[in-house]
Amino acid sequence: MPEEHYLNATYGIRSWLLTTDHKRIALLYLASVTFFFFIGGIFATMIRIHLLTPQGYLVTPETYNKLFTMHGVAMIFFFLIPSIPAVLGNFLVPMMIGAKDLAFPKINLLSWYIYLVGGGFVLYSFATGGLDTGWTFYTPLSSVYSNSAVTPAVIGIFINGFSSILTGLNFVVTIHTMRAPGMTWFRLPLFVWAQYATSIIFILGTPVIAITLLLAGLERMFHLGFFNPALGGDPILFQHLFWFYSHPAVYIMILPAMGVISEIIPTFTRKPIFGYAFIAGSSIAIAVIGFLVWAHHMFLTGESTYAALAFSLLSYLVAIPSAVKVFNWTSTLYKGSISYDTPMLYALGFIGLFLIGGLTGLFLACLGLDIHIHDTYFVVAHFHYIMVGGAVMGYVGGLHFWWPKITGKLYPEFLARMAAVILFVGFNLTFFPQFILGYLGMPRRYHNYPPEFQVLNVMSTAGASILALGYLLPMLYLTWSMRYGKVAGENPWPATGLEWRTPSPPPTENFDVTPVVDWEPYDFKNRPDLGLATPTGPALSPAHGDD
Amino acid sequence: MHRTGELYGQFQTLEQQKESATLGMWTFLITEILFFGGLFMTYTINRHTYAQVFAFSSRTILLSWGAINTVVLIGSSLTMAMAVWSAQVGKKKLVTIFLILTLVLGTVFLGIKAVEYHDKYVEHHIPGLNFDMYYCTNNPSVCHLDDAALAREKKELKEAEDQSGSQVAVNAHSQLFFSLYFGMTGLHALHMIIGAGLLLWLIVESMKGRFTAQYNTPVENIGLYWHFVDIVWIYLFPLLYLIDRH
Repeated sequence: MPEEHYLNATYGIRSWLLTTDHKRIALLYLASVTFFFFIGGIFATMIRIHLLTPQGYLVTPETYNKLFTMHGVAMIFFFLIPSIPAVLGNFLVPMMIGAKDLAFPKINLLSWYIYLVGGGFVLYSFATGGLDTGWTFYTPLSSVYSNSAVTPAVIGIFINGFSSILTGLNFVVTIHTMRAPGMTWFRLPLFVWAQYATSIIFILGTPVIAITLLLAGLERMFHLGFFNPALGGDPILFQHLFWFYSHPAVYIMILPAMGVISEIIPTFTRKPIFGYAFIAGSSIAIAVIGFLVWAHHMFLTGESTYAALAFSLLSYLVAIPSAVKVFNWTSTLYKGSISYDTPMLYALGFIGLFLIGGLTGLFLACLGLDIHIHDTYFVVAHFHYIMVGGAVMGYVGGLHFWWPKITGKLYPEFLARMAAVILFVGFNLTFFPQFILGYLGMPRRYHNYPPEFQVLNVMSTAGASILALGYLLPMLYLTWSMRYGKVAGENPWPATGLEWRTPSPPPTENFDVTPVVDWEPYDFKNRPDLGLATPTGPALSPAHGDD
Repeated sequence: MHRTGELYGQFQTLEQQKESATLGMWTFLITEILFFGGLFMTYTINRHTYAQVFAFSSRTILLSWGAINTVVLIGSSLTMAMAVWSAQVGKKKLVTIFLILTLVLGTVFLGIKAVEYHDKYVEHHIPGLNFDMYYCTNNPSVCHLDDAALAREKKELKEAEDQSGSQVAVNAHSQLFFSLYFGMTGLHALHMIIGAGLLLWLIVESMKGRFTAQYNTPVENIGLYWHFVDIVWIYLFPLLYLIDRH
């Protein structure tokens, strides 16, 4: 380990709370999103326990409404959306492009504080009456009829939006102006491309949800009528504005995870990634087309058939860039020198689960079929395959992949592989039965169900307990490894990115001298510095924490 | 935004620093367009649905204040542009003078806006408070309606009623108009207030002689912001004041 690095350069609580170092801010985010993951996880646990029996004995129907709402709000706005961009992106984007920091370090710190203030309002709403509108805040339920603490929640999400916007703005400017000499656009790691695409959505989408929730909040506070039909307003307008952000928000969650996977796969196959330009371009394509599909959430609102047709077609179109990525990852595996290290297990898991999540998305984009499965557990299963099977797997995989860089320590490999397998099994057991439940007609957001659905629900709850174990394990051994783990060294895997050409943990300035890039991305052949005896052979295996 | 023009730690060159700040401001303005966009969308839908009531509600706003404010704001954009130009050619005194002029015009705009809001309060046109479109025809002296104006407003209210179906509906739909009026002009005014704060800071810095031909990024970028706020008003004025005013 280097004697001085970003973690021990300065001491004391002030040095953390007032830091402008992107790496420390990433760790502040890591702590806060983990906290919200726990909050959301507790609600999920209660939902699954409640659904063990058809009548649902654990909580009252009103409380059940609050549970699934607060689960969604905590997980989507305060865990999934900031997770990879604000934690891994914050840590890695400047390092990957060879910069000392983001372009606006103070704004970066500000966005963390904005996140905390927004989170505070939402926790206040949870503590004082909860929230029962569904995470979608549909009007006029949210703006007129709900008796729960909608106003503080709406204010919290409004405030939190500016945290996303500022992070996105910071990334866009940084990627444009802060690249090291020789780091051309087509030498950027694909993770950076993914962050760039995500930032575009942050910048263009988030202000729309902010103003929409502001209008809904004002309507609730002052009895205005924007979205209330009784006063001449239009509830469908709310849904249009809401989904204009909230559908692209799905790509905010999945694009960064795709970026993580694009880093892991070449590293553990020892091959340049197949179709670099196509993977980079498909990230941008997803961000752009993602803005044109929102009304597929509203096929049953009575929107015009022609509009529905167009939105259905455009939704199918999004599958193309997504498939381009999956095909390219798979092609990278072909004849690669594959090692099944923990991050790679997450990457392979991601490909499989994302495939299922993506293909079932096409079922839902199909106008006729959507009438049958709309608002059923099929939808719930579909988006959990994308958000948990995709985004969270990518996030946890990425944490493992860059953990040696972040902490300078290796985690115990055997335990970590076990956890990855447990997570995969637990996830599928939780959510695959929900596809069947939905197809058989079990609606989402109901607190009870007919007895014939019990077996599948019990399976799902059993899976959820395995899934919980899969999340607890990494939390324990990753924390353990910070103190007791083996020293990782500069480049334990080894991987090709710039972030691996500086000590672990890195110095505050990231690089002792500004790096000059004169190699192509993911090129293992022309990189003697990686210490590989034969570039394609397994001569040097990755370093493990329990070797 | 950098106080002194020295190089900040994360940058390699002053040129890179300037490029980053400028790109940051442009990106921020794009976000702002989408932020206002949600309101413009809500306005468009409702204006289309309740065209009659929107036209009538719009006519109850005094045109003269809005027109004067438009001229004031365009004037402030001119002085702002002059401040940027003065900074670029290194005329330090002129920068301060033009910035002060911009701030004065911005304050005049906000003052007139306050007068307009007060008028609306007197006329019971504040949504959610005591909104009543019939207040002025019932109390013509409070709203300073002379006989001709009273007769015209009564006739227009009757027409709106025929269109919307009832007095309750006219009130609900015109409340939508005024919600949007206050939402859009209020958000715009908030941007003006933030802009005035930024101008104040610029004036202090410029009096210290910080802005030179070599270093004037804050003047340029706050100038961009000011012009953006100006352009938003250029759209707001016809949309809110000039519906069916011929």
